Amino acid sequence: MSELNSKIPAGPLSSKWTQYKNHQNLVNPNNKRKLDIIVVGTGLAGASAAASLGEMGFNVKIFCYQDSPRRAHSIAAQGGINAAKNYPNDGDSIYRLFYDTIKGGDYRAREANVYRLAEVSNAIIDQCVAQGVPFAREYGGSLENRSFGGAQVSRTFFARGQTGQQLLLGAYSALSRQIKLGTVKMFNRHEMMDVVIVEGKARGIIARDLISGKLERHFGHAVVVASGGYANVFYLSTNAMGSNASAIWQIFKKGAFFANPCFTQIHPTCIPVHGDYQSKLTLMSESLRNDGRIWVPKKKEDAEANRHGKLKANDIPEDARDYFLERRYPAFGNLVPRDVASRAAKERCDAGYGVGETGLAVFLDFKESIGRLGRHVIEERYGNLFQMYEKIVDENPYENPMMIYPAVHYTMGGIWVDYELMTSITGLFAAGEANFSDHGANRLGASALMQGLADGYFVLPYTLQNYLAGEIKVPRMSTGKAEFVEAQKNVQLRLEKLMAIKGKHTVDHFHKELGKIMWENVGMGRTEARLKKAIELIRKLRAEFWKEVKIPGTLNELNVELEKANRVADFMEMGELIALDALNRNESCGGHFREEYQTDEGECLRNDQDYKYVAAWEYKGEGNFQLHKESLVYEETEVKQRVYK
Amino acid sequence: MKLTLKIWRQKDAKSTGKFVTYSLDNISPNCSFLEMLDIFNEQQISQDKDPVVFDHDCREGICGMCSLYINGRPHGPDDAVTACQLHMRKFSDGDTITIEPWRAKPFPVIKDLMVDRTAFDKIIQEGGYISVNTGGAAEANNILVSKVNAELAMDAAACIGCGACVAACKNASAMLFVSAKISQFALLPQGQIEAKERVKKMVKTMDELGFGNCTNTYACEAECPKLISRSNIARLNREFMCAKVI
Repeated sequence: MSELNSKIPAGPLSSKWTQYKNHQNLVNPNNKRKLDIIVVGTGLAGASAAASLGEMGFNVKIFCYQDSPRRAHSIAAQGGINAAKNYPNDGDSIYRLFYDTIKGGDYRAREANVYRLAEVSNAIIDQCVAQGVPFAREYGGSLENRSFGGAQVSRTFFARGQTGQQLLLGAYSALSRQIKLGTVKMFNRHEMMDVVIVEGKARGIIARDLISGKLERHFGHAVVVASGGYANVFYLSTNAMGSNASAIWQIFKKGAFFANPCFTQIHPTCIPVHGDYQSKLTLMSESLRNDGRIWVPKKKEDAEANRHGKLKANDIPEDARDYFLERRYPAFGNLVPRDVASRAAKERCDAGYGVGETGLAVFLDFKESIGRLGRHVIEERYGNLFQMYEKIVDENPYENPMMIYPAVHYTMGGIWVDYELMTSITGLFAAGEANFSDHGANRLGASALMQGLADGYFVLPYTLQNYLAGEIKVPRMSTGKAEFVEAQKNVQLRLEKLMAIKGKHTVDHFHKELGKIMWENVGMGRTEARLKKAIELIRKLRAEFWKEVKIPGTLNELNVELEKANRVADFMEMGELIALDALNRNESCGGHFREEYQTDEGECLRNDQDYKYVAAWEYKGEGNFQLHKESLVYEETEVKQRVYK
Repeated sequence: MKLTLKIWRQKDAKSTGKFVTYSLDNISPNCSFLEMLDIFNEQQISQDKDPVVFDHDCREGICGMCSLYINGRPHGPDDAVTACQLHMRKFSDGDTITIEPWRAKPFPVIKDLMVDRTAFDKIIQEGGYISVNTGGAAEANNILVSKVNAELAMDAAACIGCGACVAACKNASAMLFVSAKISQFALLPQGQIEAKERVKKMVKTMDELGFGNCTNTYACEAECPKLISRSNIARLNREFMCAKVI
C-alpha cells in the first residue's frame, strides 16, 4: 500500500499558509483570460469559488441541477458560522478554533488544513458583512455572537435560524454579479455526468441538460467539484431530495480517491419518521437541548400503550419517566455531543422503550423549563422551531412534549484532497462537503458553513491559480477530441442501459430498500457481522436494480425518473464502500461507532496505534476497492480521549 | 383519505396544456402535499402512465423551488408555508384538489407543473448585490448597523425567491420580490453607494422581462410563504423615486 502525498508545506503550523501564499505561482491577467475553469455545484463552496475566480479574470462555467444557483442545499443550514474574531473577549483565538475542531473531529482530521480553516475564518465574516449579509447585531451596532456545541467560547455568527440561506444568498449575489460581467457562465438544470481526462489531467465534463435530455461536452483547464455530501445514500436524511453523490462517485471511478466514507454524522434532534411514504427528515436545531429534557417511559408497557395511542406523554407520571441522558451522563446531561445523544436514543428505542406510532422516537420535554422560565421565554428562544414542529406533526409542543429521533445529516468523509484541495487526479479539485479534509470523524456545529466558504473564497483562488500557472501554454481544447467523444459515449451507453431495463419496480422502491439496509446496518451502531451482512444485501439489491428498475419516458427529454435512477445507481455502489470502510476501521471515533470497540461506559474507543490514518480508497472495478493510508501526524495537538461524564 | 386530483398536464413549453382528472386513495393525513404527489407518481409509473413533473428540492420550506398553485392559491390553503410544508390534514376526505403551475408570462411552463423562473435570476444579475470583490473587505465591526435596521433587513432578506408573489398577482408583478432585495440593501450602510443605480437597473429589467405593475391589491403579501411585507414595496417606490429625481 502506498502513502499519499498531502503536499503540506514545511515550517511551523501557524506559518504554513502564509508561506504557501508567498511562494505560490501566479498567472498574469492576460493569461487568466485564456484559462477556463469548470465548477460543479452552486452551494457555498461552488458559488463562492466561481465568483472569486471570475473576479480574478478566469473564465468560469458553473453547473447546478436546480432551476437556480440560489437553491443549493447550503441554503437550509440553520445555526450559524464559526470564526475566531473573539469579539466577546472570552479568550478565543485562531489556535482555539483550530484545537476545538481537531478535538471535535476526534483526532482524525489533518492539522495543516484545519489550521488554515481557522486562520481564514475571520476574513469570511468580513467578506460576508461587506456583501450585505444581515447578521444579528448588538444594540450598539456590532456583530452578535452565540455559543454552539463543542466550544467554551461564543464564536458563532448567525442570521436568525437562516444563516445558511443568508450566506448562500451572499455568495449567489457575488456569482450573479460575475454572470452579468460575463466572467462566469451559468448552466442551471444541468447535471454533471462524468469528468473528461486528457493525458492524465482533468480537462472537462460531460453534462446532461435536464430539460432537453441532451448530453453536452464542456472543456476546462481545471475542474472543481463542489457537489456536496452523500447523506442521501441513506434515503431518509436532512438533505434535499436532489442532493446526490454522482459527481463525486464518477470522479472516484476515474481515479480520485475517496477518503473516510464511513464518517457520517447523525443528528439527534430531528422530527421522527411517520410513515413509509416519507420522503425526507426535518432537523430541529440542537439549541433545543439547552432547555428541553429527553426521556422515554421507564416501563415497557407504558411505551407500548403510547405507541398504540392509549397513553399520552403527559399522563405518564414523573417517577415512571427515564431521563436517560441525565441518568447516563450526569455531568453533561442533555447537552452531550451529537453522536452520544443519538446513540443513547437509539439504544432505548431498540430496547423497546421508544414512543410514537412507530416506536422510533423519544420525548423532548419543555414542561420543566416552561414552568421555570415562563412560556414567553421559550417562545422567544425557539418560537420558529416550535411552529415548524407544529406544522409537520400537528401537535402543540408547548403542551405536549416533542417527539424526536436521530437522522443522517452530514458526511465528513468525501473525496481525498491534498493541501491544495486537489484530488488524486491532476487538475481536479474538490471543495466543501464534497471533500474530506477538515472535520475528521465528527463535525462541530457551525463549522460546515465556515469550511464551504473558506474553500471557495480563500483557498481555491490561491491553489487553483498555482496549478493553472503551469497550464498557460495549454490552448483551449476542442471538445471533438477523442477523450470527450469517448466519455460522452460511455455516459450515453449507461443511460441507454438504464432505460432498457424496463423492470417491475420504481427507482424510489430501490432507494428506500437501500436506505433501510444502510440505516439498520451502517447507521449509528455498527458491528462486523452487520457490516458484512450489509455488503451482501447491497450487492444483491444492486443486481436486482439493474434487472428490475422501471423508468418511464425516453432519453432525450425531461425525465425525472431517469435522473433519479442514475443517482441511485451510484448510491448502490457507494453504500458498499461506506460499509467496507466501516468494517476496515476497527475502532470507534466520532460518528463512526463500532459496538465492539467501546469503553466500559459505552463511549468511543479509538485505536490510535493502528487507525490514526485517513483511509483513502481507490476504485478498482465494481465492488473492488483498494485502501491507501495517509498517516495523521499531530505536531501541535496532544491526542486524547474525549470524555463527557 | 380519498381524493380527486385535477392536475395541469402540458407536454412541453410549446404544447397546449389541459386539466386531467385522477383519483387517489389511501392517503394519510400526516403525509405532506409533495409526498402525496410522490405516491401519485408511483401509481402512475406502475400503471405505465406518465408521472407528473413538479419542482421541489429541500422539502423544508427554504430553497424556494416548489411552486404549485393549489385550489387557486400559491402553495395552497395553509398560510405562511411553502407547498412542501403543506400537509394533507389541511384537506378533507373526498376533496377535489386542483393543481396548476405558476401562471405568469415571465415564468413559461417547461412541463406540467414546472416553470422557468430564470427571470428572477436575471433581475438579481442586474444589481441585486453589493459590488465587493473577494478579499478586499474591511474588518467586519468597522461597519456598524443598528439592531432595528439589521432586523428589518433580515425580514426582507428572508425571501426565498419562489415566485408565489408573481403567481398570486393579477398583474404578474414582481414588485414584492424586487422590493425585498432593494429593501435589504437600502437598510444597510454597505448598500448605499450603489443604491440609485441598483434600483433603476433592477426595475428596468423587471419591466423588460414582462412582469406587470403593482396596483396595491397585496395578494403578494397575503400569499408569501415568508411573510415579506408590502411595506417593502413602498420602500422600493421611494428608492426608485429618489433615484430618478435626485
